[in-house]
Amino acid sequence: MALIEVAGVHVRFGDRVVLESMDLAVSEGEFHGLMGPNGAGKTTFFNVLTGRVKPSRGSIRLDGEDVTGLSPRRIAAKGIARSFQIMTLFDEFTARENVTVGLPSFRARGFDMRHAATADPGFAEQASEILATVGLVDKGDVRAKDLSYGDRRALEIAMALGQGPRVLCLDEPTSGLGTDGVQRLATLIGKLKGKLTIVAIEHDMEFLFSLADRISVIHWGQVVARGAPQELQQNEWVRRSNLGRFA
Amino acid sequence: MTATPSNQSDSVRLMTPAMLVLWLALATVPLWIARVGLYPYLGIEILIWSLYALAFNLVLGTAGLPSFGHGAYFGIGAYAFGLCQFNVVANLWVCLMAAFVVAGLAGALVALFISHRRGIYYAFMTIAFGQIFWTLSIKSHKITGGEDGLLKIARLPANFGLASFDLADNVAFYYFVLFVFALAVMALWRLVHSPYGRVIAAIKQSETRAAHLGYHVWLYKASIFTLSAAISGFAGGLFAMAQLAAFPDVMSLHQSGYIVMMTLVGGGLVSFWGPVVGVFLFLIARDVIGALTNAWMLYFGLLFIAIVLFRPEGIAGAIGALFEKHSAIRRQGNSAMRLLFGGGRWR
Repeated sequence: MALIEVAGVHVRFGDRVVLESMDLAVSEGEFHGLMGPNGAGKTTFFNVLTGRVKPSRGSIRLDGEDVTGLSPRRIAAKGIARSFQIMTLFDEFTARENVTVGLPSFRARGFDMRHAATADPGFAEQASEILATVGLVDKGDVRAKDLSYGDRRALEIAMALGQGPRVLCLDEPTSGLGTDGVQRLATLIGKLKGKLTIVAIEHDMEFLFSLADRISVIHWGQVVARGAPQELQQNEWVRRSNLGRFA
Repeated sequence: MTATPSNQSDSVRLMTPAMLVLWLALATVPLWIARVGLYPYLGIEILIWSLYALAFNLVLGTAGLPSFGHGAYFGIGAYAFGLCQFNVVANLWVCLMAAFVVAGLAGALVALFISHRRGIYYAFMTIAFGQIFWTLSIKSHKITGGEDGLLKIARLPANFGLASFDLADNVAFYYFVLFVFALAVMALWRLVHSPYGRVIAAIKQSETRAAHLGYHVWLYKASIFTLSAAISGFAGGLFAMAQLAAFPDVMSLHQSGYIVMMTLVGGGLVSFWGPVVGVFLFLIARDVIGALTNAWMLYFGLLFIAIVLFRPEGIAGAIGALFEKHSAIRRQGNSAMRLLFGGGRWR
């Protein structure tokens, strides 16, 4: 059985249909890419998956459990973490604090008013481990707003990783990154692949085609093509849209 | 914000060196205050308003929620203290607890209605509720004494079991307030540096992210508002004792504005001590400039405008920036202002 099962999801904003009969099944450990033109509904689909938008129809199951329409915090608690295309960091916090706040063990003590947050070195240690994974270990004390763009992108992912998720949703992780940054990210995703279930929206085709196990092409709120990168190469729609040349 | 390593250790402490120095300095106030032309009562007022401002800053500075009707909770605390004394039991501890609890309940009630909002909508709703409480205090003659106020509130003796202190004298009462203030500051310091305080600070920076990290944003916002209202009410209870009465005017919109001014001028957006700095400045300016001219508010208003324009991080922030070479605090002040007042340009 797939870890994530999305069936017949409709989303409507006013009289505009944004998603129509979206289906998706992602099995445990799979890296599933989502691609498609701007306005195709990819981010809206992510918002449905992570609880920001309630679908008007359809269902989302995580490991068989119905999570349709749950709030972001409940979805997060169930183990779906996300990064944001428009960076959403705690800018005044240091990189380490950003990750610390995301740790489930920290969240469990969220209403603790009697102890100092820094009194327990366990949080900082855990956060530093996560920062090491994304290559930010020596920047733990730098405020998020003072980090370079590439490092901020890395921190976006580190925060989601810190949640110890079962499913990691990445919204355009390479957005705005240079060649070096994309390479660094590819290395990171390569390390995570197989250990985590990853769903990623991505415009960088080279990146996606080299890493993804399967890819869904979304257009007009529907999946128009789906398959392994090699299979997609053969797909009529992908060929016509000039996306297949990377495969 | 405990980002720099130097105050990282302070955040773990219950009492910091800065606090100790402040307590000792404040403890000498009754010895010299009359000699510089001021009077002991001013010291009492400053401490009580400092506590109120620190409580208010939990909402404004720590949580980044613009509450412009906070006077309501200060006033409710004052009335609750007096009414408890008259109708329940004339015990200092019980009546102070009543001030804390009743103001907290009023805060919780308001929090129910506003915690899903932020920014300007949040601000307007706090004003609206503040006005409702203010109107109630004026109209409920039978309970609050209306515009005449609730008079003849006594300074109940502080009974510590082994020893009991009479607080009727201003100096004795000053030391009692200082004692309570010291305890409250330690509790608040711990609160803002606790995991809870950090989550609140995170929510201030991004509600969206906090929600996706699994935090119940609404509950945190409602709880910090309630807590802030309760502590403001506690300060109000002390104020009723100081004034020997409770009046509706502290609940009015312009008095609610004072606490915002004090907190912003002092630097509450970037510093724990900012609100205290602001209260000292405001009340001393009121008495010193006020002795010279009736239009003292004009001068303080000009100072407020100058600060908002040129030093949005406030006085504490400006002092902090002197020590901290880089301009992190300054930018923090700017972004905090932006957070409060929307996307407008402030510099």
